[in-house]
Amino acid sequence: MAESSKGIDVAHIATLARLRIEPASVPKLQSEMEAIVGYVEMLSELDVTGIEPTAHAVPRSNVLRDDAQGVPFGRDAMLANAPETVDSELIKVPQVLPGGEMS
Amino acid sequence: MNNLHSLTLRQAAELLADGSITSSKLCDAYLARIAEVEPAVQALLSLNADAVRSQAEASDKRRAAGKALGPFDGIPVTLKDNIAAKGYPCTCASRILKGFVSPYDATVTCKLKNAGFVLMGRANMDEFAMGSSCENSAYQKTKNPRNHDCVPGGSSGGSAAAVAADETVIALGSDTGGSIRQPAAFCGIVGVKPTYGRVSRYGLVAFASSLDQIGPMSKSVYDAAAMLDVICGIDPKDTTSLPAPAPEGGFAKDLEDFEKAPSLKGLRIGVPKEYFEVEGISGGVRKVCAEAKETLRRLGAEFVDISLPHTKYAMACYYIIAPAEASANLARFDGIRYGYRSPNATDLISTYLDSRGEGFGPEVTRRIMLGTYVLSSGYYDAYYVRAQKVRTLIRKDFTEAFRSCDVIFTPVTPATAFRFGEKSDPMQMYLSDVFTTALNLAGTCGISVPAGTDETTKMPVGIQLIAPDLAEARMFRTARAFELERDKV
Repeated sequence: MAESSKGIDVAHIATLARLRIEPASVPKLQSEMEAIVGYVEMLSELDVTGIEPTAHAVPRSNVLRDDAQGVPFGRDAMLANAPETVDSELIKVPQVLPGGEMS
Repeated sequence: MNNLHSLTLRQAAELLADGSITSSKLCDAYLARIAEVEPAVQALLSLNADAVRSQAEASDKRRAAGKALGPFDGIPVTLKDNIAAKGYPCTCASRILKGFVSPYDATVTCKLKNAGFVLMGRANMDEFAMGSSCENSAYQKTKNPRNHDCVPGGSSGGSAAAVAADETVIALGSDTGGSIRQPAAFCGIVGVKPTYGRVSRYGLVAFASSLDQIGPMSKSVYDAAAMLDVICGIDPKDTTSLPAPAPEGGFAKDLEDFEKAPSLKGLRIGVPKEYFEVEGISGGVRKVCAEAKETLRRLGAEFVDISLPHTKYAMACYYIIAPAEASANLARFDGIRYGYRSPNATDLISTYLDSRGEGFGPEVTRRIMLGTYVLSSGYYDAYYVRAQKVRTLIRKDFTEAFRSCDVIFTPVTPATAFRFGEKSDPMQMYLSDVFTTALNLAGTCGISVPAGTDETTKMPVGIQLIAPDLAEARMFRTARAFELERDKV
């Protein structure tokens, strides 16, 4: 993992992360990311052969809830925060597929 | 009783119980105090005074009818702005959640309401809890009440400042890498990161789900224990919450019994050598820590040298795992269902790109980028999986250390509260959490207790007491004994 901290492709990562980053901000962000990644590379000093990864601090087995029917939130409550709605019934989104207008 | 706004939770409960004050009188005193100090401190992102008054009136009616919901019915509490309360804003100090109103209560909020607490303001924070100074808030810079030129710490800096400036009796924060303990130390109050799973995370806006934990921020150790009694417990809505009961009668009751003869005789306190070898620990912090050890010795505690050999790797491990989890958790902010949608977007992909690009601030952007990078194809094993393995080693360090001691003693921060703009480089800011992040990786509990003042900076210094998983009762006893002995001097 040693060579990777140099030359991070910020534009590519930004696309993966779905973030619009102004071209003017790229050099600073790149150098900050490279500094941080350069720092975390100290983990390569450690021999981790045979060590199990820890995903959660306190190990838990899977938990299942009761298979009960219910409506936790009403539609109005959930639509109240939507940026745009259609007749307060649907979330309005920009056109997804290219082509003519929806009818 | 001339200063109602400086009461502890315990004192306020006593005065309400014996009828010397009402909740309305108490809450009015806090609203007046907020009007006086908030323009300078700026701890709160929002406050609904009418809602405060109507909750207080309802509480007074309950109490008058003999139907109080418990000892804390009618007492103000302030929530960090990433904890949902139905009908209240929940912005996480981010532009992307401007105007968002929670449609439901977090489990901790339900528990506070069931105990009769009055919800006061919404506390400022670093955006999405990413930061150590509150400077990453999209809205305002909270000042340290002890010195307005200094930061209150972060990310729960608004909660810490609100408690320290007497704008509330008690507050809740969240701690992912030190975000309760560090601002508590900077502002001179008590802050607790409970064991991972002790408190339900349902309704806490997720930053790094395997590290996040809600905890109390208060004016005394007893208050923090009493608040943990209120908010802890297994929750069907959070599958990572633990089926671990509090001590019989609760943590606060345990302290009441302990206070009758507070002694730490027989307690072995471990001092990890690696923590005191860290570069840049200020002379003032070292001096206060040395004095705190003397105080604990007077109480009968015995100090033992211990080693947490992977300490130096904790920050690196954290700065892979936390951003990785954050990048996944923050994918939900897409400009579609709730939150900010860019007016510049023309299609679906530009809605994502522009809404997120315009909605997130620089630190959140950095962490999402880092997380995306370490999880991306070709780097996943080298960074993320390796960090998870190192996390295992860090957790084992604590397990091993607790074979030879009962509690671990460390500073909370290398130095006292820094000045605005002093840590402009992200790496430098990250390293201010060097003593607090390992606990989140290991999952154990820790408390930050005010221990004195740095003679040079004149700012508060906190000590951190760490106990094993679910040993909060031991942590509270040690901290309470220290607090009582400290106040004798």
